[in-house]
Amino acid sequence: MDLLMSLWEWLGENLVVVQILIKIVIIVAPLMLCVAYFTYAERKIIGYMQVRIGPNRVGPKGWLQPIADAVKLMFKEIIIPSGANKTLFLIAPVLTLGPALAAWAVFPFGDGLVLSNINAGLLYLIALTSVGVYGVIISGWASNSKYAFLGAMRSAAQIVSYEIAMGFALVGVLVAAGSLNLGEIVRAQEGEGGLFNWFWLPLFPLFLIYFVSGVAETNRAPFDVAEGESEIVAGFHVEYSGMPFAVFFLGEYANMILISALTSLLFLGGWLSPFNGWPLLGPMFDWVPGIVWLFIKTAFVGFFFLWLRATFPRYRYDQIMRLGWKVFIPITIVWIMVVGLAVVFEMPWWFD
Amino acid sequence: MLENYLPILVFVAVGIAVGVVMITLGFVLGTRRPNSEKLSPYECGFEAFEDSRMKFDVRFYLVAILFIIFDLEIAFLFPWAVVLDKIGMVGYLSMALFLGILVIGFIYEWKKGALEWE
Repeated sequence: MDLLMSLWEWLGENLVVVQILIKIVIIVAPLMLCVAYFTYAERKIIGYMQVRIGPNRVGPKGWLQPIADAVKLMFKEIIIPSGANKTLFLIAPVLTLGPALAAWAVFPFGDGLVLSNINAGLLYLIALTSVGVYGVIISGWASNSKYAFLGAMRSAAQIVSYEIAMGFALVGVLVAAGSLNLGEIVRAQEGEGGLFNWFWLPLFPLFLIYFVSGVAETNRAPFDVAEGESEIVAGFHVEYSGMPFAVFFLGEYANMILISALTSLLFLGGWLSPFNGWPLLGPMFDWVPGIVWLFIKTAFVGFFFLWLRATFPRYRYDQIMRLGWKVFIPITIVWIMVVGLAVVFEMPWWFD
Repeated sequence: MLENYLPILVFVAVGIAVGVVMITLGFVLGTRRPNSEKLSPYECGFEAFEDSRMKFDVRFYLVAILFIIFDLEIAFLFPWAVVLDKIGMVGYLSMALFLGILVIGFIYEWKKGALEWE
């Protein structure tokens, strides 16, 4: 153990990059596992919601299904359509997955448990999540297929529309927390009231808007017109097969997990215990490490993604755009001003 | 100060590398037996009969332009939001004025029908 510690310190002094790489692997490897088993959870949960069992053949209760899927996709032929722009066609999936992974660089998993503790954390996150739209639009353009093109246009317009509502919701969080540092934002939600101190309560409209915009950003049902199966087949990734498709798929699910984790960080108190400061329950749950709470919250929000998909029929495109522009943006602007007033007058309980 | 950004740079590189490695792996392991039918763009069994990079609705441009304006507003709001508890009522009112002008523009484009999709 001592030897390992001294080796670690030696790495920090002499080969910083190697030390950083080890840390990144510690973040990315469990993340990829979560992504794989999120797809399994999706199929199982939607299966049970539709009164069937879901995947149950590969391994005990179907537990090896995601691995089998990955292996299958690995050995599939990669088809690049004859009219496609080859380079752009292959860059697009990388542009979807890359930002979804890189965003975790500033994500605090616990008090001080963060790879890079920068003060512009939230700004970095917004910048990276905005890059995702390039993957969609480049893939639609490069495929040289009508379905892909239409899907990319729709999806790009939808993503940028909801990005505005999302950005305004984030500004609301900033006003409430007074910092761009994600760790500081979580610490601003700490208090005697436990879960009633978190931002979901004073920022309730923004909380809902942030989550719904997140669903729309990731092109998930009921906002999945970009790949509405019955009209434009699979939308922007209709021409993709094999590993490039798998990368798109991983990117989509990694983005969903990222949005869930961010929702729990910004509105649901991150690593804080929901019973913090409560008379009886507070001390009872003191021993639970913060990262477990974060995981539970993320899984809770992630479950909503799947629940929405199993419950709601697809929105019509004009309804999607109306919701984004005419409902969400006015509400967020009004609520930013309300929260601003609360902060200026130091409203007790949250902002004093 | 800046050394905090080194892990981010490395992480972005790793994020890109994961995608690149996976696709390369697919090229190495996957079969490759292309033929002209397989490589033609998918159109539900039809032969593609015109260029797929066709004209599209001007409203997509409009959405993109409006997006830029509103995204800039958000960028303006960021520094204000961080220091609001220090600048107090004066800061709040000046941002209210700014947002008021933005809202007038928003109402104008709404009334002009820029947000309609039928």
